[in-house]
Amino acid sequence: MANLKLKDVAKVYGGQVEVLKDIDLDIETGELIVFVGPSGCGKSTLLRMIAGLEQISGGTLEIDGMVVNDVPPSERGIAMVFQSYALYPHMTVYDNMAFALQIAKKSKEEIDRAVRAAADKLQLTEYLDRLPKALSGGQRQRVAIGRSIVRDPKVYLFDEPLSNLDAALRVATRIEIAQLKEQMPDSTMIYVTHDQVEAMTLASRIVVLDALKDNGYKYSIAQVGTPLELYETPNSEFVARFIGSPAMNLLEGEIVATGETTTLRTRLGAGTITSNVPSRPEDQGAQVKVGIRPEDAVATDSEDFAFSGKVEVEERLGEVTLLYFERGAGQNDPVIAKLPGIHPGMRGNTVKLTADPAKVHIFQDGTSLLYR
Amino acid sequence: MAVQEDTQGASFIQGQAVIWLIGGLLLVAAIALLLPDVRGMLGNSPILQGVLTIVLGVGGCIGYFWASNIVLDKVIFPAKGANAGKNINRANMVRPWLFIFPAFAALGLYLAYPVVGSFIRSLYDRSGDTFIGFGNYAWLMQDSEFQQAVFNNILWALVVPAGSTFFGLVAAQLTDRLSWGNIAKSLIFMPMAISFVGASLIWKFVYANDADIGIVNAFREWVFGADSVDPLQVSFWNNFFLMFILIWIQTGFAMVILSAALRGIPEETVEAAIVDGASPLQVFFKIKVPQIMGTIVVVWTTITILVLKVFDIVYTMTGGNFGTQILPSYMFEFMFRDDGRATAVAFVIMLIVTPVMVWNIIQARKEMR
Ligand SMILES: Nc1ncnc2c1ncn2[C@@H]1O[C@H](COP(=O)(O)OP(=O)(O)O)[C@@H](O)[C@H]1O
Ligand SMILES: [Mg+2]
Repeated sequence: MANLKLKDVAKVYGGQVEVLKDIDLDIETGELIVFVGPSGCGKSTLLRMIAGLEQISGGTLEIDGMVVNDVPPSERGIAMVFQSYALYPHMTVYDNMAFALQIAKKSKEEIDRAVRAAADKLQLTEYLDRLPKALSGGQRQRVAIGRSIVRDPKVYLFDEPLSNLDAALRVATRIEIAQLKEQMPDSTMIYVTHDQVEAMTLASRIVVLDALKDNGYKYSIAQVGTPLELYETPNSEFVARFIGSPAMNLLEGEIVATGETTTLRTRLGAGTITSNVPSRPEDQGAQVKVGIRPEDAVATDSEDFAFSGKVEVEERLGEVTLLYFERGAGQNDPVIAKLPGIHPGMRGNTVKLTADPAKVHIFQDGTSLLYR
Repeated sequence: MAVQEDTQGASFIQGQAVIWLIGGLLLVAAIALLLPDVRGMLGNSPILQGVLTIVLGVGGCIGYFWASNIVLDKVIFPAKGANAGKNINRANMVRPWLFIFPAFAALGLYLAYPVVGSFIRSLYDRSGDTFIGFGNYAWLMQDSEFQQAVFNNILWALVVPAGSTFFGLVAAQLTDRLSWGNIAKSLIFMPMAISFVGASLIWKFVYANDADIGIVNAFREWVFGADSVDPLQVSFWNNFFLMFILIWIQTGFAMVILSAALRGIPEETVEAAIVDGASPLQVFFKIKVPQIMGTIVVVWTTITILVLKVFDIVYTMTGGNFGTQILPSYMFEFMFRDDGRATAVAFVIMLIVTPVMVWNIIQARKEMR
């Protein structure tokens, strides 16, 4: 029910520590935006600035066209779910959920209706009289979500809500959140995580934060896009390696033919490979990095290959087989290929890898050729 | 098997050697003490006396544990013969009691016995020869000064803990956010380091019946142009002036404990409340205070117990006159004059303190969990 507009938003702690800079972002009503980025990049800080728990040091934040930089949290129409749940330990589940409405001096009937509706939605009805300490992690998480639902906010903010849950519960709760979002198509949600799978499965758009060179290495937005946009057309080496697991292989190479498609020769293995990424005539001979996702790598016998190496480690996971290749002296991150199915006895073999030209990425100085 | 027996034997021999050594030392010390020359030498040298005390004390403790364990393992329940396994188990069940026994004995001697002894003494008259049943208690009940003391004590037990905890809580919350909060905390804590008698002396000056000395009267003169009065003789209210001294002393204690408790509150619950729209006052009273309620109760009851024992302040400030009598100072009136009545008052105080203490321990245990 609300759109947000961040313009040149910056955060400086204590007048000196610049954390975030030049954040520009438009969020439409009904979107589920996910912030991802390395630990300490300022995801929580950005979320807390939107919530109003942190002062915005520069730029403006608009909610529904109104600048809210100096509006207190409770009047911004937001609700926040904290990583630690932040339930009030001395209040029952019911009172936890009712607290905001009691503060707002809503009538008893209205509060009761809202709390019971939320409890029903989250299967918490039978726990309403319990204290938080008598709940499991997943139930606490649902109470925290329920506490925001009863307030019927315009914007939901989640700060790594699943990171304290065990793996199985995380998957279940992730699906619950996705279903919740479907039930509330009009509410805008902003979700912080460092878990790629959460980002890929939940987001309508992902915001990747990174320290950018042309920003004085302050953290800012590296790329915004739908999950598949980020996966298929990352704008930088950083985004390319951040999205997808295992991370994209980057091979040093040189452009040997330009045009609608680009032909590259890689340094290791000295084979050639074609990419559908177009290039300009002046790119001839440019030193670039060729990006191939492990799952896009295919073994080949032809003379056109991007990489040739000896299989050092072979991990058989059943559905896929991961092959790790040593890259050579001085380079410790291995080249990885993810082949579908079971491939026994590959260890020690020399394998040539190539990829579909549509799936070969080219980066120059860290930036994708597609985005220059 | 054989190897095991060997090592066991070796440690047993070692153990015996140690026991003989300690036993020998103790014996030598004991014999030496019997010689008049040695005693004379000791009499002149406190250092030697100290060393001897330490040797006897520590040696006695070690000797006790070694000897009692040996007796248990070798004589009463030997780990040999048909019942070896059973004996080991039984010995292990008895062993904890060997360790607890000295503490029990000391507690019994210095705590339980005096309680029982006092109670018995309180059933006798002034001379200590004539049994008068609950006569002393009956006399207390009808004595107006006793009634006054009980009433005042109840006032103390309500006002001082409430005042100290309240001011301590407010000070803890307010100093937490200040840059000079730690200095303020030290200042508030400082009276804790002053003895009650010392504090009373300070407040004697504060309350002095002279505008040139007492700040209270100086203030009255400056603001109202009023003549000096003696605050300690203003009946009824003088009780509160005395209580204020103890509040002044105990606020620091409450502040330190509550400040630690406040810091233990998860910051995110406070932030969640802010997002929920709570005002700073609501955050304090609805989120913070309930979360540290257990600590508040412990602080409150701890101060209550202290209050029920306080004697020095009343004794030094008014001597219990002008209607400021409380039970401990009342008890002191009878000491050396009528031990029957004095012990009866002592027993009444104990009866009042015990439930508070039990409650305090229960709460403190809950806190630790
Ligand atoms: N109160 C603060 N004062 C100074 N620096 C802070 C403060 N809070 C966070 N930071 C810094 O801001 C950066 C971003 O923190 P945060 O937003 O928590 O990262 P993330 O949530 O992405 O892991 C970190 O480098 C952190 O050290
Ligand atoms: Mg964070």
